[in-house]
Amino acid sequence: MSAKNQRIAVAKTYKIYIGGKFPRTESGRYFALEDKKGNVIANVCRGSRKDFRNAVVAARKAQSGWATASAYLRGQVLYRIAEMLEGRREQFVTELVLQGATQRAAEKEIDQSIDRLIYFAGWTDKYQQIFSAVNPVSSSHFNFSVLEPTGVVSMLAPEDSSLLGLISNIAPAIAGGNSCIVLASESKPLCAISFAEVLHASDVPGGVVNILTGFRAELTEYFASHMDVNAVIYCDGGKAVARTVQVLAAENIKRVIARNRLDWDSDAENPYLIRDTQEVKTTWHPIGS
Amino acid sequence: MATPENKLAFDGGWEYDPAPESTDHINVAKRYGLFINGEFVSPENGRYFDTINPATEEKLSRVADASEADVDKAVRAAREAYRTTWGRMKAAERGKYIFRIARIMQERAREFSVIESLDGGKPIRESRDVDIPLAAAHFFYYAGWADKLEYAFPGRTAKSLGVAGQIIPWNFPLLMASWKIAPALACGNTVVLKPAETTPLTALKLAEVIADAGLPPGVVNIVTGAGKAGAAIVEHPDVDKVAFTGSTNVGRGIQKALAGSNKKYTLELGGKAANIVFADAAIDQAVEGIVNGIFFNQGHVCCAGSRLLVQESVADEVIEKLKDRMETLIVGDPLDKNTDIGAINSRMQLEKIQSYLKVGKAEGAEMHQSSCRVPKSGYWCRPTIFTGVSQSNRVVQEEIFGPVLAIQTFRRYDEALIKANNTPYGLSGGIWTDKGSKIFKMTQNIRAGVVWANTFNKFDPTSPFGGYKESGVGREGGLHGLDAYVKLGA
Amino acid sequence: MALAAVKKSGRLPDLSRVPAVDEVGVNERVARFQTRSIKKSSKVEALKLILSMIDLTTLEGQDTPGKVRQLCQKAIHLHDTMPGLPHVAAVCVYPTMVSVAKEVLQGHDINIASVATAFPSGMSTLSVKLDDTRMAVAAGATEIDMVISRGAFLAGDYRYVFDEIVAVKEACGDAHLKVILETGELGTLDRVRKASVLAMHAGADFIKTSTGKIQPAATMQVTLVMLQAIRDFYHDTGKMIGMKPAGGISTAKLAVHYLVMLRETLGNAWMTPEWFRFGASTLANDVLMQIVKQSTGVYQSSDYFSKD
Repeated sequence: MSAKNQRIAVAKTYKIYIGGKFPRTESGRYFALEDKKGNVIANVCRGSRKDFRNAVVAARKAQSGWATASAYLRGQVLYRIAEMLEGRREQFVTELVLQGATQRAAEKEIDQSIDRLIYFAGWTDKYQQIFSAVNPVSSSHFNFSVLEPTGVVSMLAPEDSSLLGLISNIAPAIAGGNSCIVLASESKPLCAISFAEVLHASDVPGGVVNILTGFRAELTEYFASHMDVNAVIYCDGGKAVARTVQVLAAENIKRVIARNRLDWDSDAENPYLIRDTQEVKTTWHPIGS
Repeated sequence: MATPENKLAFDGGWEYDPAPESTDHINVAKRYGLFINGEFVSPENGRYFDTINPATEEKLSRVADASEADVDKAVRAAREAYRTTWGRMKAAERGKYIFRIARIMQERAREFSVIESLDGGKPIRESRDVDIPLAAAHFFYYAGWADKLEYAFPGRTAKSLGVAGQIIPWNFPLLMASWKIAPALACGNTVVLKPAETTPLTALKLAEVIADAGLPPGVVNIVTGAGKAGAAIVEHPDVDKVAFTGSTNVGRGIQKALAGSNKKYTLELGGKAANIVFADAAIDQAVEGIVNGIFFNQGHVCCAGSRLLVQESVADEVIEKLKDRMETLIVGDPLDKNTDIGAINSRMQLEKIQSYLKVGKAEGAEMHQSSCRVPKSGYWCRPTIFTGVSQSNRVVQEEIFGPVLAIQTFRRYDEALIKANNTPYGLSGGIWTDKGSKIFKMTQNIRAGVVWANTFNKFDPTSPFGGYKESGVGREGGLHGLDAYVKLGA
Repeated sequence: MALAAVKKSGRLPDLSRVPAVDEVGVNERVARFQTRSIKKSSKVEALKLILSMIDLTTLEGQDTPGKVRQLCQKAIHLHDTMPGLPHVAAVCVYPTMVSVAKEVLQGHDINIASVATAFPSGMSTLSVKLDDTRMAVAAGATEIDMVISRGAFLAGDYRYVFDEIVAVKEACGDAHLKVILETGELGTLDRVRKASVLAMHAGADFIKTSTGKIQPAATMQVTLVMLQAIRDFYHDTGKMIGMKPAGGISTAKLAVHYLVMLRETLGNAWMTPEWFRFGASTLANDVLMQIVKQSTGVYQSSDYFSKD
């Protein structure tokens, strides 16, 4: 091929996703992502403590609006994410392969990811009916318990299952009206950022999902300690991580949800994942005339 | 509005003679050991401490001061019982044992009431009408769940956890023991429970009931002691679950202490609930709700309505009526059937409350107390309200855990909501209005686990209780209270 | 007097500003009064006070002068074997029996209350009601127990009800006016509170729960709501209004609970027959039995107390 006809491919800049925008990390830092052979695939933002802080502000701002959006609307938005993901299926396969998956495994993962979104899209207007209760108290009161989102959830996504695992954490949290800040897989961050682009194109209000890339060892403490985060989910952390997260989370009595050794193929399709980031609210009212 | 000329007079005139509940039918031993493996045993180190009557400062009994070794013995007994009897028993049979406990408690209700009031200082009216009946009802409710757990968790199977370590506070001693023990047993776990240092007696009487009910040895173990015994339970490697009710600070310590372990935990911690009264409320019932909200159990209630937010247009009227109502509250002998407000639970707690009264005054708030007499010995605090406080005051922000109400005003519902939620706590809240849609708007937006609309401080075994934010993790009571004591499998 | 004549005389209170009442909250408050344990000398004091607050009542179609005379004798001689007991506050009879009562009670400090205004239904014209009232007053009634027009009230015609009370009050002259709301027909505590406010503004000296002819008659719940209305009226105007629960209060124990409620709602100033009455026919004997029991320590039989 002659130089004259050669087209230079446009390399993608992988930026982080905060408050519905794609900034570079405020720190200006990056890390080079390499394939198995040591070739640089991309320069990835090395997110910072301040990026996380900004993401929490965005998540807090978005949370109440998302929580009060109708269950039907949340379902449609989740469904829309699935539609958009389906449309960009090939891109995700490519990225998964680039990060070391076989073609077959990559295709399976994207298919499952799309289906998982559909699964949780269908739950938004049903889990309340499964987990709520009217409580037959002895006094003359009407008493009922409903679920409400815990609020702002920070997530340390699974390291290996970089797309399916990521979506299996995000989908139940937002299906239930939470907003979240997710730290993508450190070794396989590409799909997370591409997924952020899908979210961006899918009517998900800015700030409901925020995705950072960076070093887990550096950022874990902030994900666990921030006083305006209501729950922290960590995946595949060892004992040391568990200890760090829980000790720091205790400062504001965060809910700590450990998702260790979860089989994302089979263990992550149930409404109990939604319930993990829900609070039970019980209301009493007299029955009289 | 009342002017000085047309104020109501509640002093003098016809007064109620003392009406003390008799104590001749109760039986408190001079000394109690630890209830381990179905019998009362001496503590390893031979140490005991006094439990006193806070109304008289007289000694009621001596109870064992459990050490780490005693806790270990209790946990071993619980493990053994889990392995050999309780964990293997048919669920329906387990349930029948728990029903038995409920029944025996009902039979001995009067004895329990009197001891609860003697040991903790709460008025007999409350221990008789609230604490003890609710405690028995809690066992009755959860007994029935024992063989129905498959219906509680659709699509999952619920399995018991093993040994539950439980630490309870001094404000509702027997009731909290029931909230902890009943669901744990129903779900197939065995228990090591530590009652609070100042109120151990009814838990020890409950040990007698459990023995009388014929539960296999070791299924429920009750170890008395101080914070060290509690820490030994939390840190014991063979405890599978920790349930704690108490202060947020201690709860935070427990969450940290459990870090890195796989122990499940539930925490029921502090609160600073807003009780919001709108101008269109049923004012007289709202005033009564304010009184129940803050003066129930001397204000030693984590979900107490300790912040009153009242709409400006009715603030003067509500405060006036509240003051009148406070004049009719009788403070004194907890065993007197007419007592409304009993003794403060301990000298330490009284000093804490008094320090907050100083803080409130120093912050510039106006303090008003009812004019009632209080006894000379014992620990007492008159019902107290602070007006002219603002969100930045410590008496508004911090949990006082006494009969002390901070009153703020608001103009618009959104202002009330912002103030109500402007706290690290989220246990409970109250809202008073005659307008249905406003009730739902408010109850949806108050970030708290229990919201009372046009009522306050109501409890029921079927009704889940627990907090958002720093008020805790998990729920106790109702269907949702089962979660804390099971692991779910596919 | 025609209604039109009184229309300008009274200003109808703004009933939309009457606070709402929550029934369950009222029930809880009442239950709390009932947990008060009244013993020893405070019980004796209460029992004597109750006796002095009784409007000894007979309101039956079969009432005769003979029956009324016996009732009046009972009012004077409650239980003479026990010295130092108070007499009742009043006897309460139909207008046609007032003269009989007056004759027997001559020289005794016992009021004569007469129901009037087409008692108990109140289903008649204003002029008939006013005649009824004037007749009772002329015969010697010192207190008039009128009924409000519940039909008009339920239909929302508050102006009619108000004007009617104003007119009857005027017809009473010096006699005290007790306004019977017949709470058992009003249906909700909200309406009880509104009707109380209406009656007090229209000139009632007392508000009264019931005729005794409709169930439920007096309950602690409606009485509490009415006491709270009295308190608010006092706060607003400085004017004390009396309260009379009537019908269904037949035991001393229940009457003591009413006193507890009165004391803790309105305070000491109301704890006299001037401001509180029990409308009852059989309460007195139960109170007497309790008083004798308190002094002798022996439980009593009704065979030893006169049934008039």
